Amino acid sequence: MRHRQVRQQQPLHAGEFEAFVAGAAGRLLHAATLLTAEPPDANPRARTLLTDALTQTYASWDRLRGEDPYDRARQELAARFARSAWRAHRGRGGVLGALGPQERLVVVLRLGEGVAEEQTAALLGLPVERVRAICHRSVAALTSPPRTRGDATATMTAAPS
Amino acid sequence: MSPERPERRERREDQVRRLLDGPHPAVPPELVVDAMRRGARRGRRRARARRLLWLVLSVAFLVFVVWASVEQPWNPPPAETTPPLNGW
Repeated sequence: MRHRQVRQQQPLHAGEFEAFVAGAAGRLLHAATLLTAEPPDANPRARTLLTDALTQTYASWDRLRGEDPYDRARQELAARFARSAWRAHRGRGGVLGALGPQERLVVVLRLGEGVAEEQTAALLGLPVERVRAICHRSVAALTSPPRTRGDATATMTAAPS
Repeated sequence: MSPERPERRERREDQVRRLLDGPHPAVPPELVVDAMRRGARRGRRRARARRLLWLVLSVAFLVFVVWASVEQPWNPPPAETTPPLNGW
């Protein structure tokens, strides 16, 4: 009886999932921390976000049907962040603290994760031109001196140009 | 936004990519444990809900078949014409 209970606790794909997480969790948590605009060493919101996304990924693991689990988890992460973004995700530091939630989403997906413009647009439910415009705007905001934004917290590496 | 030369934009995008590639946070081990525990529970709950749905559907189908074979609604109903009115 006890043996059966233990087996029920651990579904068939536990090993597969653990292997996947061992390789992907670091990168996903980095992306999540950029999204929530928290400092890397104090990122409770990013951790919650990633835990929720991975919970969902694991729950539907046997229905992946050949899809890349990393893509799936990233998609889940982005969708969850987008859904909660209306709750005024003001950045509290982090490199993208000066950007709004949607700008952060686009920058992290396009430049941080290298997701294609079309895929990003589909994921966020936006037209491609809009994704492009947001990306350009954000890049400009991040690479120009803080005075253009009038925001002293706009953490910027000294733009060498 | 003013139009920008592509190579300049490329350079700025590279700059942002480097910016994003900063220090990575450490993954706390309990994060994965939590996700697996909750994910397994959610998966089991879904499997249970699916089973229940199938059960309800098959019972409904069975009930329909029994009802139809007893009632045979495809046969014309027995004639129930009103008797002619006489004696007016």
